[in-house]
Amino acid sequence: MSTFASSFTLEQSEAPRPTRGRGSSMRSWRLLDRLIFIAAWGAGLGLCLITGAIVVYMGVRGFQYLRPELLVTRPQEGASQEGAGGFLDPLIGTAVLTAIGLAIALPLGVCSAAWIVEYGRPSWLARMVESAIEIVAGTPDIVIAIFGLAIFELSFMGVFSSKSPSGVVIGRSFIAAGAMMSLIALPPLYAATRDGLQAVPAHIREAAFALGKTRIATIRRVLIPSVRSNIATGVTLGVSRIVGDTAIVLLLLAETSRNESAGSVPLLGFLRGTGSTLTSFVYDNSPAGEGKSADKAYAAAFVLLLFILALNWAVGRVSRAQARSSGFDVGGRL
Amino acid sequence: MTRERFSTNLINPMDKVTMSPEEVLFDPWPLAASEPDVVVPPVRTIVLDRPPTQVAPTHEREAIRKVAGAGPERLRLQDVSIHYGAKRAVNSVSLSIHQGEVLALIGPSGCGKTSLLRTLNRLTELTPSAARSGSIVLDGQDVHTLQDTTLRARVAMVFQQPNPFPMSIFDNVAFALREQSRKRPRRRELEPLVTCALRRAGLYDEVAEDLDRPALRLSGGQQQRLCIARAIAMRPEVLLMDEPCSALDPISTSVIEELIHELRRDLAVVIVTHNLAQAQRVADKVAFMYLGDLIEYGTAAQVFEEPRAERTRDYVRGAFG
Repeated sequence: MSTFASSFTLEQSEAPRPTRGRGSSMRSWRLLDRLIFIAAWGAGLGLCLITGAIVVYMGVRGFQYLRPELLVTRPQEGASQEGAGGFLDPLIGTAVLTAIGLAIALPLGVCSAAWIVEYGRPSWLARMVESAIEIVAGTPDIVIAIFGLAIFELSFMGVFSSKSPSGVVIGRSFIAAGAMMSLIALPPLYAATRDGLQAVPAHIREAAFALGKTRIATIRRVLIPSVRSNIATGVTLGVSRIVGDTAIVLLLLAETSRNESAGSVPLLGFLRGTGSTLTSFVYDNSPAGEGKSADKAYAAAFVLLLFILALNWAVGRVSRAQARSSGFDVGGRL
Repeated sequence: MTRERFSTNLINPMDKVTMSPEEVLFDPWPLAASEPDVVVPPVRTIVLDRPPTQVAPTHEREAIRKVAGAGPERLRLQDVSIHYGAKRAVNSVSLSIHQGEVLALIGPSGCGKTSLLRTLNRLTELTPSAARSGSIVLDGQDVHTLQDTTLRARVAMVFQQPNPFPMSIFDNVAFALREQSRKRPRRRELEPLVTCALRRAGLYDEVAEDLDRPALRLSGGQQQRLCIARAIAMRPEVLLMDEPCSALDPISTSVIEELIHELRRDLAVVIVTHNLAQAQRVADKVAFMYLGDLIEYGTAAQVFEEPRAERTRDYVRGAFG
């Protein structure tokens, strides 16, 4: 063996530089091939251009209008945002909705993906679960929002929101909006986890079974840890959908310019109360809304964009860290 | 096949059983420590560039077998048949497997040897269409009456492809031990057990400095030894090996063959192999299977040198396969 190895290294030291022979000329291609070739390049470059334009435009506007105090001052009461006031409350609103939505969607998505891939029996039930999630994925968020309103306005759901003076359940609160947000974050989370689990080779499971492990121990200790990067991808997609959603905020969070607590219990009162998010703030203050303060809308939109970019970067880090620590990657990339 | 040229010196029964006092202290398994006449698997250092030697001749192997000594019967198979749907893969096989000896299942592809191996720890049950008849008794207890998790901890298995989990070396071995107990044991408690399993698998010296390295960064041969460490960490009574060397290079193969020789001292080993030279090197008993039937069973010397059945004679001489 060692003699083989040494003879190879000797030859490799004189390795020629790779050169390329003449390729085929585009003139000899069929017309359709040429068109598709140009279209493929054009589409890729065009997409980069559009993304670049959005980022550059929002960046310029953001730097133009974003002042640090906007991030830490509360909006004015009422619709009009002319003059003083920032968007601290919408910022908190976005963060809280994301947290609630993710707290519900993450365990639900991961568990349902694990069930489908690892158990998935009886098959009619698996098909039903699969199509239920597909339907949720395909439902417009405004439909989910109005369904949520119908549920949270029921009288026994009063604990999750506040009551009007006449005793009618309002059905609009952070809890209600967060619960419905979890529904729109669920499909991407589920799909990413499922794809990851399906990509884990069967011999990994077999190895665990042969060690006398139960299926559930295998899922918990081997499979879920090895699809961490896929779950992280799903989280990014889910969070992007939550922070980007406006319909649910309009219907279920009442879109009040300030976060208003219901009751005096510190955290619970806040969660039962109403508020707004960055998206609804942007909508209200854009030239189309009533806030009459387009500069703040641009600043808030820029913050939203920065948040999404930061999220993508964080997920990239999680995936790379996993690949480094386990030497294993089933391809959870964006 | 040039593989037999790379076979290292198999074992010399005389020089392996010495252990220094601190190594005995380190051994957390009371069985080995308390009874001095039990042959303790030695702590090994593997020298990769040791010059290859010839396959041990028959009389030497017989001597080795006597030293290893066939121990008590571990597994008894009675009329075991396996069907996949309507297709019969294994046809009424009866065998007995003893501690202290290596049983090699040989035969051409599709003869049912892997199916037979996988029924021993009821792994065939994962294939929905597979059905088994006959009885398999592990230490006087029918394997069907045991919980599958208990059975598989007592009858461990090593696969054809090295399949470590995507976690650290330590966790790979610890995983096997950890889930046994309800309460999650601490790393300090597991450390001696993990180290001992790695030592027994001859991997410890190569990975000792960093047990937290990802297991998938190891070479193929090291990964396979890690899988063996993982399997023997639970102190099984039987070790099943499904062509454990077919994905490995000749040097790693010889290291693992040497390991098999040492492991059989307190285990029953069943190995499926396509490689006749390997069967000749490692096996004490050989079972030749053909189209689902057990054609011939006997000591390695007898099956390879004086086969009784014509099929066996043709197969071991390379007339078909």
